Amino acid sequence: MSVKMQINGQEVQVQAPPASRLLDVLRGELGLKGAKEGCGEGECGACAVLVNGQVVNSCLIPLGQMDGAKIVTIEGVPGDSPLLQSFHDCAAAQCGICTPGMILAATALLAEHPQPTMDEIRWGLSGNLCRCTGYGRIYEAVTQASTGDAHG
Amino acid sequence: MAEWLRPRHMNEALRLLAELPADHHQIISGGTDVMVAQQLRAPRDIAVWLDLSAIPELKMVEVTAEGIRIGAGVTLSVLRRHPEVQKHWPMLAASAAVTGAAPIQNRATLGGNLCNASPAADNAPVLLAYGARLEIAGPNGTRFLPYDQFHLGYRQTALAAHELLQAIHVPYLPGGSRAYYRKVGTRAAQAIAKVGIAAWIHFDAGQGIIAARFGLASVAATPCLLPRVSHYLEGNNLKHVCEFTIREKVSSDIKPVDDIRSTAEYRLEVASRLVWEAIHDAH
Repeated sequence: MSVKMQINGQEVQVQAPPASRLLDVLRGELGLKGAKEGCGEGECGACAVLVNGQVVNSCLIPLGQMDGAKIVTIEGVPGDSPLLQSFHDCAAAQCGICTPGMILAATALLAEHPQPTMDEIRWGLSGNLCRCTGYGRIYEAVTQASTGDAHG
Repeated sequence: MAEWLRPRHMNEALRLLAELPADHHQIISGGTDVMVAQQLRAPRDIAVWLDLSAIPELKMVEVTAEGIRIGAGVTLSVLRRHPEVQKHWPMLAASAAVTGAAPIQNRATLGGNLCNASPAADNAPVLLAYGARLEIAGPNGTRFLPYDQFHLGYRQTALAAHELLQAIHVPYLPGGSRAYYRKVGTRAAQAIAKVGIAAWIHFDAGQGIIAARFGLASVAATPCLLPRVSHYLEGNNLKHVCEFTIREKVSSDIKPVDDIRSTAEYRLEVASRLVWEAIHDAH
């Protein structure tokens, strides 16, 4: 099956079986390795990407549904995104496996709630698991990106 | 290579479905259950996929004189945020908000949650308690089925081979209605329910119970009602309701099992306590 998508602003055409997972298409066909496979069943969020602005698990999306979709992966997050800076400043990444998904989930959260409360941050990132940080520094990084102040 | 069919209209979907090979097709919408089953559990030889995610009719939410009509393809994020749902059917907004987490709710549909027919389905108890009706489309037109007649056995539904769930109808509730919803799991987001409960209790002007319905998940082979509990409560008065009797009725209404998430004994204990709490804390 041939599917046309827009990935990180670029028109892309992919030829692959329709039930292929978007995750495999991104990593295998397109060489975009930022999205990771953690659980493979939609629980951990390591494969999270944005599809038409919404955070989703790319391990659960069949290619057949992506015709015309606008997809953003971690490779498409601009280098000057306040989230990249705040994750760095707050030391919010340790092993790094969850980080791309966390940043994309946070991107979707901040688009909906530019000044999120702590509850909204917890909710927005609840589909992303981290085994290293204990989440505190990640929440702090999202707060800093929204306010410009790590301790605000 | 498998074929991927993506109809734009219900009529087209029904026509395609009627022509599909019986054992080698898979219907898909949000994919949050189907893709897991396909990848991890029992990869099946699927010749044709029927993708319902591009049918606008299935995405509609309409408020009617009787209540609300929710297209089977409406996502849980849409339901969770819908102002009318939040106002009149708060338990449905609450169950949608605890089904998986944000990335799941952005894809998963209400119809998919019912048709996947897991005994642990998070939205099933609420629709049972609210007395929902299903609108089912088939080659010979549309039929309506009370939702409590939909689950026939473990992962078996009343949908015939060439039928599709089109919409879920939830009625307005009479004045004096109180509600209670709770999901017990290991974690707020993502966890599969050990026990889920939704209760609708219709009180008279005082403490008298006119009607009561309890929908439960993860306590039997299907999501289920508690008919003996309802029968005991209806016509009774809150101050005469006995905790021991409730426990007895609950244990005769449910058939919990031991599994990786919990034990049958725990489920019976928790279900009984939740019913007791629902009767007293519903608001």
